[in-house]
Amino acid sequence: MYILLSTTNASNFVTGVDKAFILILGISFAFLIGLTFTMLYFIYKYNNKKNPQATQIKGSTKLEIIWTVIPTILVLVMFYYGWAGWAPMRKAPDDSFNIQVTGRMWNFTFQYENGKKTDTLFVPMNKAVKLNLVSLDVIHSLYIPSFRVKEDVVPGRDKFVWFIPQREGIYELFCTEYCGMNHSYMYNWVKVMPETDFNKWYVDTTKRVDVAAVDSPTENGKRIMKNIGCFACHSVDGSKLVGPSFKGLYGHQATVISDGNEREFTVDDEYIKRSIFDPNADVVKGFSKGLMLSYTGQLSEDDVKQITEYLKTLK
Amino acid sequence: MQTVTQIPHDVSYLDYKGKYKGIFSWIFSTDHKRISLLYLYSMLTMFTVGVLLGLAMKLELIAPGKTIMDPQTYNAVFTVHGVIMIFMIVIPGLPAVFGNFMLPIMIGAKDVAFPKVNLLSWYFYVLGAILVISSVLFGNGTPDTGWTFYAPYSFKTGTNLLPAIFGAFILGFSSILTGLNFIVTIHRMRAPGMTWMKMPLFPWSLYGTAWIQLLATPVIGITLVLVALERIFGIGVFDPTLGGDPVLYQHLFWIYSHPAVYVMILPAMGAISEIIPTFSQKHIFGYRAIIASTLAIAFVGYFVWGHHMFTSGMSGTAQYTFSILTFLVAIPSAIKVFNWISTMHKASINPEIPFLWAVTFIFVFMIGGLSGLVLGALATDVYVHDTAFVVAHFHFIVFGGVGFSFFGAIHYWFPKMFGRMYDKVWAKVGWAFFTIGFLTLYSPMFYLGMLGMPRRYYDYLPEFHAANILSSLGSWVMTFGLLIVVINLFRSVKIGAIAEINPWNGKTLEWTVPSPPPVENFEEIPVYGEKDGPYEY
Repeated sequence: MYILLSTTNASNFVTGVDKAFILILGISFAFLIGLTFTMLYFIYKYNNKKNPQATQIKGSTKLEIIWTVIPTILVLVMFYYGWAGWAPMRKAPDDSFNIQVTGRMWNFTFQYENGKKTDTLFVPMNKAVKLNLVSLDVIHSLYIPSFRVKEDVVPGRDKFVWFIPQREGIYELFCTEYCGMNHSYMYNWVKVMPETDFNKWYVDTTKRVDVAAVDSPTENGKRIMKNIGCFACHSVDGSKLVGPSFKGLYGHQATVISDGNEREFTVDDEYIKRSIFDPNADVVKGFSKGLMLSYTGQLSEDDVKQITEYLKTLK
Repeated sequence: MQTVTQIPHDVSYLDYKGKYKGIFSWIFSTDHKRISLLYLYSMLTMFTVGVLLGLAMKLELIAPGKTIMDPQTYNAVFTVHGVIMIFMIVIPGLPAVFGNFMLPIMIGAKDVAFPKVNLLSWYFYVLGAILVISSVLFGNGTPDTGWTFYAPYSFKTGTNLLPAIFGAFILGFSSILTGLNFIVTIHRMRAPGMTWMKMPLFPWSLYGTAWIQLLATPVIGITLVLVALERIFGIGVFDPTLGGDPVLYQHLFWIYSHPAVYVMILPAMGAISEIIPTFSQKHIFGYRAIIASTLAIAFVGYFVWGHHMFTSGMSGTAQYTFSILTFLVAIPSAIKVFNWISTMHKASINPEIPFLWAVTFIFVFMIGGLSGLVLGALATDVYVHDTAFVVAHFHFIVFGGVGFSFFGAIHYWFPKMFGRMYDKVWAKVGWAFFTIGFLTLYSPMFYLGMLGMPRRYYDYLPEFHAANILSSLGSWVMTFGLLIVVINLFRSVKIGAIAEINPWNGKTLEWTVPSPPPVENFEEIPVYGEKDGPYEY
């Protein structure tokens, strides 16, 4: 029970879910232990060495009725607690704090109503938070175990999860619907802050990410790329992943396929920009088209400049 | 006029020289017993591949980060493991091997109703298996969608998915034809005097199963055709970028694939319902209740598929309706367990190998079934859905249920099928290692799921490490046990002691014919009298 108790009351749903869980586990263990020991006792007591002649009993209607009715009642009780713990998840309060969650292969990003974008989910304590789920490619599933919430992020469908965080801390957030190669690396963190701290953080819109900006554009570029998940598909050490490696990219001769025609040129600022905003226009030979989506709207021109500066350092 | 050649009754099906020689006397044989062994050996081949892939996964997961393979390979490995184990092992499973061999004999018939169709369904099985394997060997990359082929990922992936889908489609035909054959056989070919209420429980379970195979399999067939059409022509049924609905795919997929779980488990329960009374030397407790629960599972099982989709996006009404139906389908399974255990009451128990497998079946099946209650309740399902908890649950049911029953059944019927007895000491050693390994392999996954570890994970956070080590160790112990069991049986086919006609003192009809049975099973079709029955000790 340690698992369930360790995150007691991290959100408003924990109590309801855990009550159902403990009830079902309790009844299950009682049945499992009771029936197993009955069986072992019979095997011991009615062994053919002790009991060479079996007594032929063909059945008992009374027993059949008893062991149909009692389990039926028990499962209906379990159903009720399961329903009771789940029903509040279906309707978010109208005054919830809205955050848009965008899932793509293979990262989540969080966008706030004032335009702030982060890769860690920041939420205020004791306030209803509603996450509106958007997928840009395949089905993902947003799962915060400590809050006991999970909802698939389905492309083309408007879905949400909501919760009231009740304990300050940092929690895990996983993608739990298999979504391709780096599914197991698609996780983020949830940071629950007291409301005053949250508000202070929230109104400061000068920074895209929570870490203080540094002066070096290459460091910034690296951090931006990390936040939006570039390294899930592109290595920096020359190894081949889903996409080509960034190592030695800038300035080298690339062979790409554009509209079915092969051509060669030197990788420059313009090419990097095009690869980010229109990734399927020129696809490097030997890699598949269509896996990468455009980052239009997610990255600014300035972001791309900083990314380019960082790529130049990867000799 | 065709002349009917009399097949001598004293020649066993293993020795009979028909029109063909060597391997052709097997692959062209329409004898249900030879077809059963064709299935047994082809399934053993595929099972070996599936087990090796499973071992590779467990080895990869023994430590965080890369252990032996990269993520893309891992995803392909769990996909192929799932496709093989589900479509080629547990779905054909007991019906194809023991159903084919025992059903006609247990109901007093000389063969199934359509022996040639029976052989055809084995050809479909082989063709389907070859197609699935070809997707691994040829084309640009092994399928990496998981055995569920979920949209829209199944349209995005660049891997060689079509042969695998087509293979699963063909395997469906194998399943449908077997189901059809069994339904007709049971309706038309029971021995005189064997009324429905005198039919043994294994044929009864095959009957319930056959209806599911016949009615549910076409749904997956059509769905897989739609996936193929969408991948080739982009028709836009499931792909949201073309205006389709990916959740519709999940509905269609689970409308088949949930009843398919009962295709796996019902015959497994049927075999247990034969083994328990034989080794208890006692009439089965609640014969009619067990039949009623078989039919109830086969029927209600059609209406519970939505519990795979509680987080996918359904209306609230749909969700709690599926939840309550899921709880109701648990009742008939519980009734079976109560009746099996009651059969042991005041019995005279002979704890031979098949009985040990049957008792451990009941134990792991209870764990699997009871953990299913967690997944049927809405609040708890949302918490553990798509985590390692689900992986543990269905391995307990599908591998625990079908596996333990299959091994019980093969140790039970082996003397009949091969006319030889296996080494009982080695059989017991193998059983012990397998059971301990099985529990060590899958139990930690319940814990991991409750901790929140998602399934289909190539890599994991450090907090999940300890339980994963234990699970990987379990996989080695279990495989060791498996090896002992299989080697022991293989050796015994050749060198085992000659088996008697009725080594366990069973009362069903297969124990009245020679071991191994002659080609036409019975010299004279048996007749059931007023007082005869399958469990009259």
